[in-house]
Amino acid sequence: MPNARLTAWLPYFVVGLLALFPMVESTFYTQLLTKVLIMAIFAMSLDLLVGYTGLVSFGHAAYFGLAGYALALMAPKYETVSLWWSLPAAIGVCALFALVTGTLVLRTRGIYFIMVTLAFAQMLFFIFHDTKIGGGSDGIYIYAKPVMKLGDAVLLDLEKLQNFYWLVLALTALVYLLLHRVLGSTFGRALLGIKVNEHRMRALGFPVFRYQLASFTLSGALAGVAGYLAAAQYGFVNPEILSWHQSGAVLMMVILGGMGSLYGAVIGAFAFVLLQEVLSNQAWFGIAAKHWQLAMGIFIMLVALYLPQGLAGLLQQFGRKPVTEIADE
Amino acid sequence: MSETPILQTRALTRRFGGLVAVSDVSLDLYVGEIHVVIGPNGAGKTTLTNLLSGDLPPTSGEVMFEGRDIAGCSSDHISRLGIGRSYQKTNIFLPFTVFENCRLAAQSRTPNATRVFHRAGGYPEINRRAEEAMAAAGLDKRAERIAATLSHGEQRQLEIAMCLATQPRVLLLDEPLAGMGPHESQRMVELIKGLTADHAIMLIEHDMDAVFALAHRLTVMVNGEVLESGTPEAVRSSPAVQLAYLGGEEILHD
Repeated sequence: MPNARLTAWLPYFVVGLLALFPMVESTFYTQLLTKVLIMAIFAMSLDLLVGYTGLVSFGHAAYFGLAGYALALMAPKYETVSLWWSLPAAIGVCALFALVTGTLVLRTRGIYFIMVTLAFAQMLFFIFHDTKIGGGSDGIYIYAKPVMKLGDAVLLDLEKLQNFYWLVLALTALVYLLLHRVLGSTFGRALLGIKVNEHRMRALGFPVFRYQLASFTLSGALAGVAGYLAAAQYGFVNPEILSWHQSGAVLMMVILGGMGSLYGAVIGAFAFVLLQEVLSNQAWFGIAAKHWQLAMGIFIMLVALYLPQGLAGLLQQFGRKPVTEIADE
Repeated sequence: MSETPILQTRALTRRFGGLVAVSDVSLDLYVGEIHVVIGPNGAGKTTLTNLLSGDLPPTSGEVMFEGRDIAGCSSDHISRLGIGRSYQKTNIFLPFTVFENCRLAAQSRTPNATRVFHRAGGYPEINRRAEEAMAAAGLDKRAERIAATLSHGEQRQLEIAMCLATQPRVLLLDEPLAGMGPHESQRMVELIKGLTADHAIMLIEHDMDAVFALAHRLTVMVNGEVLESGTPEAVRSSPAVQLAYLGGEEILHD
């Protein structure tokens, strides 16, 4: 393939460009792009389930929101919290919750799986909404960003917008690389096999449930990375972060970008967040901006109708190889 | 042929509500022997296969594998014990290449192939077994083809190749010749013959030429029950079989 070398370098090129972004752009756009990248991590974590394991979860906000609340509850009110232990702790909480919920929800399939994952997310929503654990429906403020210290020296001051942006960018790249490696391994191939033909995988001797549970747990843990960063960025969490709207939005990003391709999930997150920003811009769309969901809905319907492989499918027409082969590189 | 059966069933029964799909079936499989099961549609042959492979749990009765009762074990567990099956309706990974279909099958036998950062293609042992299975099934020239683009006969060969890549000792082959042309059928018969020495094979088949070319032992099922079981000659001459199932004299006396 003539452009194989080019496509191999493309991700590094894109990350390089994104790293330069805060140098040339304003606060507003840096913040917006931070949000996009956080959602890209979230979408990639869900794509592991939907696109690579064949499990359509409609409750992925549970893990996103749980990590946000974990940060809010770990952070002392008038002091800072160290990133070094609070991020792994938030990820651990999400992984554990995913492991427990996974053992239950993975006994169902198809539409029932969608409903049961939604039910778990709603339970979590109402736990935080109706009890005082996380400040009820008002939520909790996180007054300071987590700190990255080595000894007494501050490694990276996250209160600075661009530093926080770079941290998010680095973690996005890291999650992408991690998933790329995992999906190219025998474990990843087994997940794809389960997505394509679960019954045959079982007949070949694969303990399907264990593979699915591992995927579900990893997916929940990575959603936790995104949720932690989102809470740190806004400095605030309330039950909305756990709501089914959030689960729906991330699912739409994955579908928009194209299920079963990691960069598709990233593209989907870009498209969704930027489109939301553009369509709700009153200066451009006046009164219609209030009803941006309507235009978004039409756009998503058009993509679903004419680009069944999502926006990533457009790229594949320019010579990208099918998923199973990409995983081999 | 070995002395003791590797797989035995005793009074194996499966009910679906009021229907008894498999009733009180006892049969033995030996390494080095092809045990052919024939019978009209609805006789319970595929259900019997499903009971042996763990796709369905039996209602009652025993399935003994090397002396252990495995009735009711999950299909992945039974596969890992060394009982492989092929399906009557082609059951493969259509979007994957032929090689990847076989590689996945071979991977299932290597529990330490779960290092999550190691490339899937980087296990020489797994690749070798996948290639051997493809070669044995006559698919080595099709390795890079997407399974969905294969002909029907080739898909049936792939079905067998995947089964072989799991290195089973017992093969349960459910109508491997279904829908094949005469040339392809002949190839498949030769393939199955070549597997006999190292495997215990249970073969379900409708093609009578193939049945009598391959069978060391023949069991006739009707309405879920074993009507007759024995050497092909004994079964041919059984009046009950002639009456109830085979009927057509030209099949039996040609």
